[in-house]
Amino acid sequence: MKTLVFLESVDGVLQAGSLGVLSRAAKLGGEVAGVVIGSGVAGVAAGAGAYGAQIVYVADDPRLASALPQPRVDVIAGLVTAQSFDNILFAQSVLASDLAAGLAARLEAGVNWDLAGVEERGGELIGTRAALGDSVYVEVAWKGAPRIGIVRAGTYAAEETGGSAQVENAAIELQDFSTAAVLVSQDRAEQAGPSIEDAEIIVAGGRGLGAAEHFKLAEELAEVLGGAVASTRAVVDAGWYPYASQVGQTGKTITPKLYIGLGISGAIQHKVGMQGSGTIVSINKDAHAPIFDYSDLGVVGDLHTVVPKLIELLRARG
Amino acid sequence: MRIAVCVKSVPDAGSARTIESGTKRLDRSADAVLNPYDANAIEEALRLNETSGEGEVVLVSLGPEKALDALRKGLAMGADRVVLVSDEAAIGSDLVATSYALAKALEREDADLVLFGQQGSDSDGAVLWAAVADRLRRPLISQVAELTVSDSTITGKRQTENGYDTIQAPLPAVVAVTDAINEPRYPSLKGIMGAKKKPQDVVSLSDIGADATRAGEAGSRTTVMTLSPPPPRGDSKKIEDDGSAAAAIVAFLEEKKLL
Repeated sequence: MKTLVFLESVDGVLQAGSLGVLSRAAKLGGEVAGVVIGSGVAGVAAGAGAYGAQIVYVADDPRLASALPQPRVDVIAGLVTAQSFDNILFAQSVLASDLAAGLAARLEAGVNWDLAGVEERGGELIGTRAALGDSVYVEVAWKGAPRIGIVRAGTYAAEETGGSAQVENAAIELQDFSTAAVLVSQDRAEQAGPSIEDAEIIVAGGRGLGAAEHFKLAEELAEVLGGAVASTRAVVDAGWYPYASQVGQTGKTITPKLYIGLGISGAIQHKVGMQGSGTIVSINKDAHAPIFDYSDLGVVGDLHTVVPKLIELLRARG
Repeated sequence: MRIAVCVKSVPDAGSARTIESGTKRLDRSADAVLNPYDANAIEEALRLNETSGEGEVVLVSLGPEKALDALRKGLAMGADRVVLVSDEAAIGSDLVATSYALAKALEREDADLVLFGQQGSDSDGAVLWAAVADRLRRPLISQVAELTVSDSTITGKRQTENGYDTIQAPLPAVVAVTDAINEPRYPSLKGIMGAKKKPQDVVSLSDIGADATRAGEAGSRTTVMTLSPPPPRGDSKKIEDDGSAAAAIVAFLEEKKLL
């Protein structure tokens, strides 16, 4: 098997998620290559050798400076056609998901996403994914190569094994429509504030809190439990709480011992950032909220009556 | 502007959802509803055209004919018509096959803007738009939380892992919006009454010039091998608050030695 791993580079740093997928690919056996695409990225390519890449292809061009998917589809499609890769693996991210799906259409290749694992079985690649709100696990496969897989964030840890990679240039032929969308500005998110990644107890607030000022409830509960407050993309976008607190696909990944969700529906975007939590308690007035599918204790009720009582009871315990 | 919104009918989240063990497909016999995330895309399309005072919003979907009942909610919200690709040969389409059939239907519509919601509530799939954009050879902006159009340029603001991007593209373009972009309107009684009379075209693959071997299971490049129950999460409990929920939470946390 010949596997290519997309190595996402942000500000000149290869992302841990894609290096984790590379480490996994190296264990699948066969030939393993990486591809780094961007502007001024040639220098970071060789570093992927330590994580199991035998060859790293580099597409370094000012037209590839912005983290947009379509020109990257052009580069990888060219590479796959020239080098006949059997598998093309991605670590899930906003960029990688769009890139992988665009590539699937371009190459008429199968794509399986949200994979919680990939393995080799008798020369075939097999993926595992959870479906229907984690109520069922399915094994998925591909009908022939190339096979495209998007692996869930945080599935595989990057393991430095100390090899070295040969660096080669990839051909860069971009389609007109691929370069039509342009990034006109980018604001780097503020990373300051208390770290929710290290907290053992997290109280997370979602849109069900109803208004920014109701985050006080989440803060009080977190304080009495000795935890930190997290949030969802919806409330961050609404301006209720800072980005540093956001958990999910475009926020942080947390693994506290205890996660308490207040008014959080549990959309996939949030779930991927908190499903590794030890114990999950959720309070939501919508009995059909997806978060109940993966909660250890789900409370269907009004958080505005349940949480104040909960705080009172916890305070009384001292 | 002529806006095409890609929508789908999904099983109602309130009904039990299962995967048929024989076909390994989602059991779609339960009550179907409009995918809730698609309502945000329809709302955005209606707002864009309300601002400019002209245009058309067409809903484009792939699914069984009975999906029309669910898609009619979009018409009740204010969309002008529906094109539903319904064909025995399209059953069981995976992403690559779905994107092929949808792109064929969209080519016929020749819309200035193709909109998607952020995910399907049934499959958690959130990548279809990128495949469709590639087939249509149009620029793509995804995860958009704020959308503006001026002249023939569309501007989308979005959040990624690394911050906030502003992306611009010339029309025609493909845009996927998030559920943070707007609060979808509820259909009015008048809207609901009027929806039934709006054009609802059910078309076959050959009607849209699509090759049946590239749709459905024949055109799919992925397969589902086995189904198994998930690793157990211990004893999962769900309770309804009758005034004692707070005490139940405390007891649960004590039992788990988390206090």
